[in-house]
Amino acid sequence: MNASATKDAKGAGAAPFGRIVNVTKTFFTAAQPISAVKDVSFQFRKGDLISLLGPSGCGKTTVLKMMGGLIPATGGLLELDGKAINAPFPGVGVVFQAPTLMPWRSVLGNVLFPMEVLGKNDARAKARAHEILKLVGLDGFENAYPRELSGGMQQRVALCRAIIHEPSILLMDEPFGALDELTRLEMNDLLLDLRRVTGATVLFVTHSISEAIYLSDQVVVFSKRPAVIVKELAVDIPYPRSSQTRFLPEFTELERQAGVALGIVHQ
Amino acid sequence: MSKRASHFLYPLAGTLIIVLAWHYYVVLFHVPVVVLPTPMQVLQAMVQESRALLEEGWITALECIYGFALAMAIGIPIAVTMTYSRIANQMFYPLLVASQSIPKVAIAPILLVWFGTGLKSKLAMAFVIAFFPVVVDTATGLRSTSPELLELARSLQCSRLQTFFKIQLPSALPSIFSGAKIAVTLAVIGAVIGEFIGSNEGLGNLLLTANSQLNTPLVWAALIVLSVLGMVLYGIVVVAEKFLMPWAVDSTHKH
Repeated sequence: MNASATKDAKGAGAAPFGRIVNVTKTFFTAAQPISAVKDVSFQFRKGDLISLLGPSGCGKTTVLKMMGGLIPATGGLLELDGKAINAPFPGVGVVFQAPTLMPWRSVLGNVLFPMEVLGKNDARAKARAHEILKLVGLDGFENAYPRELSGGMQQRVALCRAIIHEPSILLMDEPFGALDELTRLEMNDLLLDLRRVTGATVLFVTHSISEAIYLSDQVVVFSKRPAVIVKELAVDIPYPRSSQTRFLPEFTELERQAGVALGIVHQ
Repeated sequence: MSKRASHFLYPLAGTLIIVLAWHYYVVLFHVPVVVLPTPMQVLQAMVQESRALLEEGWITALECIYGFALAMAIGIPIAVTMTYSRIANQMFYPLLVASQSIPKVAIAPILLVWFGTGLKSKLAMAFVIAFFPVVVDTATGLRSTSPELLELARSLQCSRLQTFFKIQLPSALPSIFSGAKIAVTLAVIGAVIGEFIGSNEGLGNLLLTANSQLNTPLVWAALIVLSVLGMVLYGIVVVAEKFLMPWAVDSTHKH
């Protein structure tokens, strides 16, 4: 919210783009307070793809929502581009596990929704919508209704909707978790393509070890609830990655390390 | 047989069987006309009295349409208010539900006193009976908006109005229409009840008059026109639904 702070962060090239410092989240229910996230700290650079990996229901989604300003943190600090986050802010793209498209809008209408809300639904926006739909292989489906598309295609539309307004950060909550394995692999490559083209910074929640490593620059491994960071893995495998990447010794070694951190691989 | 033909032919065959059974029952057992006319006699009455049936039918139709329109125009805003204001909901929802335990027929004499024997009391009756499903179904629809879509709206910093008109209202549209379909059927019942209690016009009145004159064929003719009226009004709502919700799957051809 502070203009000079933004300038400073940009000026200092080494400063991280996003920072999460000692973040804690406690849900106060009628019965008892539930600690969902406990003392979580990590940071990331602009353009990075960071996976939050952990068991289902561990609180990694809560971290993601706090990063988007959708729920407030109980304690600690979240920062993006030098600005503290405590409410929704412009420049966030979200993708959920389900496509959550609006069934009453065409594919194009769904993709343009953010532009419409932001009052930027002009010819340029339409051109960009067509362009990114083409990028995800959905050209020709602009006027179709969501129900006419397969689950994978719907999720591609949701992806386009999330990036149409060129968000500074893309938050993805197990976006491919509901898809079959083959579609999921395809979507992984698609996401990497999109990131290469758009240069988006992505926070990606998943409970698949190989998906996390395949996609990411950095994998943050969480424990069971309350979410505590048990391991941070830097993935030093160069992009572009391909099906061969999964068979590299570095890849399997990272998988092993993540497995150990999650307590499912015993040393 | 093609699917389309069977769609059309089977119901027709079913109707024909019932009509034939009716006819032969009356003929074989020498049932007096006053008790049950033959289908042919009913048809004759329909042709002979077509003018009266159309005129009275038009009056009943207007009562239904006005009552239904009023139920929608008042029911939907009430549902919206109750969904978005917890206080309004807590104050009036129990009252609304409790009011439904009153048999609607029992309200008719009161409405007659308030609005007279003309059109107004009938449309009021149609409104009273059609109103509740509109409120309940609209509220249900508004409450069932996908939480993820609401989260999307929040992340894009949509205003409350944008969220309502761009997300919640279209999400509720299928529910609103299922309420409207029930309401339009109930509006016909309401209008006829209103005419029964006190009126000198409308199909309900024609039916009562014919009954008192032991003109049973005309009673049946009026009954058939009433059911046609109900179906036409229902059909109009279905057409409106298709027009306003072209994205929805065709539910009428599923069963």
